[in-house]
Amino acid sequence: MTDHLLSGVEPDPAGDAGHPDAPPRAGFFTDTSVCIGCKACEVACKEWNAIPEDGLSLTGMSYDNTQGLGASTWRHVAFIEQSPPAPEGRTELPLTDGQGSQGPGGAGGTDGSGGDLRWLMASDVCKHCTHAACLDVCPTGSLFRTEFGTVVVQEDICNGCGYCVPACPYGVIEQRPSDGRAFKCTMCYDRLGAGQEPACAKACPTESIQYGPLDELRERAALRVDQLHAAGVTDARLYGHEPTDGVGGDGAFFLLLDEPEVYGLPPDPVVTTRDLPAMWKHAGTAALSLIGGAALSFAVPALKHLAGTTGRKGWR
Amino acid sequence: MAMTGSDVTREGPEGERPGRDAAPGMLRGGPGADGGRRRKGGRRGRGEQLMAPPADFTSYYGRPVIKAPAWRARDIAGYFFLGGLAGAGSVLAAGAHATGRTTTATAMKISSLAAVSLSTAALVNDLGRPDRFANMLRVVKPTSPMSVGSWLLAAYGPAAGAAAASAVTGRLPRAGAAATGAAALLGPAVATYTAVLAADTAVPAWHGAHRELPYLFAASATAAAAGMALVVGPVRETAPARCAAVLAAVADSAVHKAAEERLGMVAETYRTGRAGKLLRTARALTALGAAGGALSGGRARPLAAASGLALLAGSVCTRFGIFAAGIASAEDPKYTVVPQRAAKEARRTTPAPSAERTQPT
Repeated sequence: MTDHLLSGVEPDPAGDAGHPDAPPRAGFFTDTSVCIGCKACEVACKEWNAIPEDGLSLTGMSYDNTQGLGASTWRHVAFIEQSPPAPEGRTELPLTDGQGSQGPGGAGGTDGSGGDLRWLMASDVCKHCTHAACLDVCPTGSLFRTEFGTVVVQEDICNGCGYCVPACPYGVIEQRPSDGRAFKCTMCYDRLGAGQEPACAKACPTESIQYGPLDELRERAALRVDQLHAAGVTDARLYGHEPTDGVGGDGAFFLLLDEPEVYGLPPDPVVTTRDLPAMWKHAGTAALSLIGGAALSFAVPALKHLAGTTGRKGWR
Repeated sequence: MAMTGSDVTREGPEGERPGRDAAPGMLRGGPGADGGRRRKGGRRGRGEQLMAPPADFTSYYGRPVIKAPAWRARDIAGYFFLGGLAGAGSVLAAGAHATGRTTTATAMKISSLAAVSLSTAALVNDLGRPDRFANMLRVVKPTSPMSVGSWLLAAYGPAAGAAAASAVTGRLPRAGAAATGAAALLGPAVATYTAVLAADTAVPAWHGAHRELPYLFAASATAAAAGMALVVGPVRETAPARCAAVLAAVADSAVHKAAEERLGMVAETYRTGRAGKLLRTARALTALGAAGGALSGGRARPLAAASGLALLAGSVCTRFGIFAAGIASAEDPKYTVVPQRAAKEARRTTPAPSAERTQPT
C-alpha cells in the first residue's frame, strides 16, 4: 500500500530500527478469559520498576480503583460488571430468537431476573505497537525501539515535551506531574536483557499474561480462540493481533470477551503518522498559499495604483 | 466469582491444569456451541442488534480512551498564535521592504522577532523539564513534527532577529535584506507546521481535520499579521494589509466550513462548549476586522487600528478554540469510539468480509 515504514505490515521492526541481529520479537498475550482480577500484575510491575504511588482513591465505579494506565501505572486491571438494562415498561429481559434467558454461566435458570450479570477482568498494558506513534513523534529520540521490538523511553533524554501523550492511540503514555517526563511500560527491558520474563507475567497466577516470542504467542492465541469457541464462548475474539491493522499489529495483544471499547480500548486504532506525508504536503501547499496570498495583496494595490495613474492620464 | 462456579479460581493457581487453558462456563456467550449471541454489555441501553453498528456507544465507565495532551493552553495555543503572527508577519515585512513601505517593514520585523521570542519562551516553559530544552536539537527527525518545528525555529529565529536588528540599527542593509528574505521563506513554514503538529496525534478533532488544519492555520496567521500591520503601519502603507485581511477572512471561513464537514460528528467539539464560543467569536472578530480594514480605506487611522486589533484577537480565538476543541474531543470517549467503529464497519462492509471479528451472524 505504501512504500514507507510509517504504516502497514512490518515483519521486522527491530531490524528496521537498526538492530542487525535482533532476537525474536518479544510480546505479551493477555488472555482475559482467565483473568481473575487479582491485580498481582499491577503490584509486581510497581515493585519491580519502583513506580511511585499515584493515588489511593476509591472510584466507586467498580472494584477498579486504579482507573487506567498512566505515568505511574504500567499495568491496569480493568473490571467490568455487566448487567443488561431492563427494557422500558417490562420487568423481564428481552429474549433473542426464542432463547431462554441465560445467566452468566450459560447454565442459569429460565428466570432471568437478578442472575444476568457477569464480571469481565482484563489486564491492560502498553501495546508496544509495530508502528508506534509515541516513538514516531518523539522529538528528542528519547523513545526508541529495542532489540526485542519493544518501545522504551530513555529517562535521561526525555525533556517532557508531552507530544507522545496525545499521539498514542491507546492513551497509554503519560507525563508524571511530579517529574515532568513521560513514562510507560518498558516490558521490563532490564529483565528481558537478563533472559527473564517481565514482572507482570511472572506474577500472574492464572497465566492470563503470557510472555514470549510474538509469533509463538499469535499461534497460541489463535488456538485458544478456537478452543473457547468450541466450548461455547462465542464472544471470544483477539484484539491487536493483526499485522494489517492501523498500527501494524500490537506487540502486546489480547483475547477479549466483548467489544474493545467495553474495556476502554479503541475499536480501530491508527498510527496517525501514517498520514504524515499527506499532512506535510498540505502544510507545504498552505505555506505556498500564504506566500501567494501575500504576493497578491501587494500586487493588487500596485495594479490599482497603476490603473489609477493611467486612468487619470487618459482622463486628463 | 464464587457464584459462577468457575474452575479457574479453584484449580488454576494450584497448577493441576494450567489456568490459561480453562474454558469456564461463566464465559459462555450462549446456550452452547451453536451460539446465539446473547446481548450484553449495553450499559447505555443499545438495542437488540446483532450486526448493525451501535448507534450508541459503550465505553469503560465513561473514561476517555486516549489521553489529552497536558499542554497548557496559554503556552501551546498561545504559541500557535504567536508562531503564526511571526511567520506570516515576516512575509508581509518582506513585501513591505521590497515595495518601499519602510515604516511598516521595520515594525513588522520587530513584531515577528518579539513574537518568535515569546514563542520560544512559551515552548520552553511548557516542557516538563525546561532545563533539557536543548535536547530538542539532539536529533533531526522528519517523522516528528515537533523535531521539524524545533529546527525550523532554530533557523527562523536568528533570521527574524537579524532582519529586525538591521532594520532598527540601519546597519548592514544587504545582510538585513538577505535575512528579511530568509525569514519570509521560513516564516510560512513556521506558521503552518503547527497544524501538522496538532494533527499528527490521536486527538479526534485535530487528526480528523488534518487536511484542512494547515490551511486554517495559514489563514489565521495571515489575518494576525495583517492585523498587526494595520495597527503598527501608517495608513498610507496599509493597502496590502487590508487586502491580505480580506483574503485571510474569506479563506478562514471557507476552510473552517470544510473542516467541520470533514469531521462529521466530531465537529460538535468545534461548535459546543468553550471551543464553540471561542470559534464563533473568532469568526465574528475576523470578519469585522477584515471589513473594518477595508472600510478604513487607508484614511481612517483609528478604524484601521481597531480593525487590526480585531483581526489579532480573532486569530487568538481561533487558535485557543481549535486547542479547546481538541481537548474536548480527547476527553470524551464518544469522539474516539464512534468514528473508529464507523471506519471499522465501513471496511468490513466494502471489501471482502474480514475475519477480525468472531461474533456469529
